[in-house]
Amino acid sequence: MDKFSVFSSRLVEKSENFTSGHRACQGCAEALAVRHVMKALGRDTIVAMSTGCMEIISSPLPLTSWRVPWIHNAFENSAAVISGCESGMKAMMRKGKIPAKKINFVAMGGDGATADIGMGALSGALERGHNMVYICYDNEAYMNTGIQRSSSTHYGASTTTSPAGKASIGQRTQKKNMAQIAVAHNIPYVATACSSFPFDLMEKVKRAAETPGAAYVHVLSVCPTGWRIPTQDAIKYGRLAVDSCVFPLYEVIEGKYRLTYKPYKKIPLTEYLKGQGRFRHLTDKEIQLIQQKVDKDYERILRLSEEEE
Amino acid sequence: MARQRKGIEVSIAMADAVAQANVDVIAAYPITPQTHIVEHLSEIVANGELDAEYVPVESEHSAMSVCCGSSAVGARTFTSTSSQGLALMAEIFYIAASMRLPMVMALANRSLSGPLSIWNDHTDTMMVRDAGWIHVFVENGQECYDNVFCGYRISEDPSVMLPLAINLDGFILTHMIEPVIYEDNETIRKYLPEVRMKNALHPDNPVSMGCFAMPEIYTEAQMNREQGILNSYPTIIKAWKEWGDLTGRYYHPIETYRTEDAEYCIVTMGSYGETAMEVVDALREEGEKVGVVKIRLWRPFPFEDFRRAVEGKKSLIVVDRAISFGGPGGPVALELRSALYGRPNAPAIVNYVAGLAGRDVARSDFRKIILEGKAKASKGETEGFTLYGLRG
Repeated sequence: MDKFSVFSSRLVEKSENFTSGHRACQGCAEALAVRHVMKALGRDTIVAMSTGCMEIISSPLPLTSWRVPWIHNAFENSAAVISGCESGMKAMMRKGKIPAKKINFVAMGGDGATADIGMGALSGALERGHNMVYICYDNEAYMNTGIQRSSSTHYGASTTTSPAGKASIGQRTQKKNMAQIAVAHNIPYVATACSSFPFDLMEKVKRAAETPGAAYVHVLSVCPTGWRIPTQDAIKYGRLAVDSCVFPLYEVIEGKYRLTYKPYKKIPLTEYLKGQGRFRHLTDKEIQLIQQKVDKDYERILRLSEEEE
Repeated sequence: MARQRKGIEVSIAMADAVAQANVDVIAAYPITPQTHIVEHLSEIVANGELDAEYVPVESEHSAMSVCCGSSAVGARTFTSTSSQGLALMAEIFYIAASMRLPMVMALANRSLSGPLSIWNDHTDTMMVRDAGWIHVFVENGQECYDNVFCGYRISEDPSVMLPLAINLDGFILTHMIEPVIYEDNETIRKYLPEVRMKNALHPDNPVSMGCFAMPEIYTEAQMNREQGILNSYPTIIKAWKEWGDLTGRYYHPIETYRTEDAEYCIVTMGSYGETAMEVVDALREEGEKVGVVKIRLWRPFPFEDFRRAVEGKKSLIVVDRAISFGGPGGPVALELRSALYGRPNAPAIVNYVAGLAGRDVARSDFRKIILEGKAKASKGETEGFTLYGLRG
């Protein structure tokens, strides 16, 4: 029975800790993901956020969208900043300087802040095992600066610094697998989630926060602006990503894999790719090659989670 | 700990002071010549003599980031670095001051690459001169020890709320064994009470820190920083005065030695001050009317104290430990020239850059610098700078 979860929308936390009025683009599913994450975490949370879309849209002086204590410091260091918050609080509570209280320490960053520039700080924080959660909102490029490629950009995607052209397919490298890198740190909890699956996302964030030690949650966050899709289709494309198995939803608890959502029917990758402007240039042959890679990667996750059953 | 006088390595004394200051978080990455400070601190924590979190970070960039996080929750925070480490954390070094996060850093001054060198000069600290930190320079082990307490007292003062760097010369101070008077814990507690930072990050009082600014507000935010560091001056004076009243050891933004009747002075910053004093004693015996002016407070720069100290002097021989390439000379001389520019009867300034990357500047060298500098001043040769001891 523990493999099943029952979700009830009525039971979801009603208070908004990441409030409306922020400046995200229309249809931004990343802001939606942040909202759900903050519902899952509740008020007793300190957030350290990397520079990026979510920071810019939520904190233009003198305004803020945050109802929890929130700190932005720089682009590449939210994992280190939250390490400091956690260490400082731990020491002060232990020494009786402030009353003891359970607080969630949460760092957040985009895929650029996580997989590229902040990789060292994140790896250090995971290795040291602070009692923290790191949440990567992955929209597969540097959207804040104008859709430049990151190491988390999907193979074949056309971005402003990996444009498709006569001599290039667009992004020529394979997407860096951050969840697997987090798993390799032997931390107690790692999960992937998606902005289109809010219950799954909230459950994983809660579990990550309840886990003592470092936890990592990688959230595929659909970006209509950067993916070049209609703004009303952000939820649809998140579902397509998961149902086509290009982005499987799973968690790894103490090294044990569990697929948290198995598509009833795996849909062809082309359905995910075809409507997105960033993949418009791909030929059927190229899509077939990408499909093979997706199949292989998905089978691996499937195998790993079945081994545990 | 009872009050006692110890023969001890300066780095160890400094680490002991940090422990006596009862810090909550230490985050540091090893770099020569800072290592003995953090090694000893991790030992103190490991032995349970100090209840603190020692965060062994993976880089200096993260060291300063961790310090920002721990200071933001209101924890008493310490770090130490040098040279390349400071360069790597420079981005966050600026942010720490802009966010008004109190902390104390032992900055064991060392030259910057390249060529790679582990030895002492002031090129590292000059890189972050304009970051908005309070910068104090010390001359000996006792000053290192004392200024840890004064540093926290100043940095955490609600009217200041700025990070503070104690600049100590790498090796020349860090690795020297000297007599240091340790104050008892009772004195320290009295001088340095625990203060709970207003608006620290806590769920009971949610605040947003480090928000971004549009041009409409960035200018005002910068002015706020400028005012903040200028306003720290009276607190610095008070903190040093009270420390002096408790221990008998007084500190001043600008310190002078035998300057009352001096016609000209040598100006130093850091550990060179003590050598300069000895040389001045010898020259006085020979009838030279020379004194020493020592800069202790580098930021905020004590313009008035400095002008008062050099009033009526004919010339100043300024010894710098760094070069501003393609600029007007050493950074200290640059500062002093602008402090005196356009003032009637201002002393002439002759600038020497000496002791780069730990090249020894002995008493005989100081003597040469002083006498040669005096001659240059009298001939009006005050342009640019001289790189002392340059081999042809």
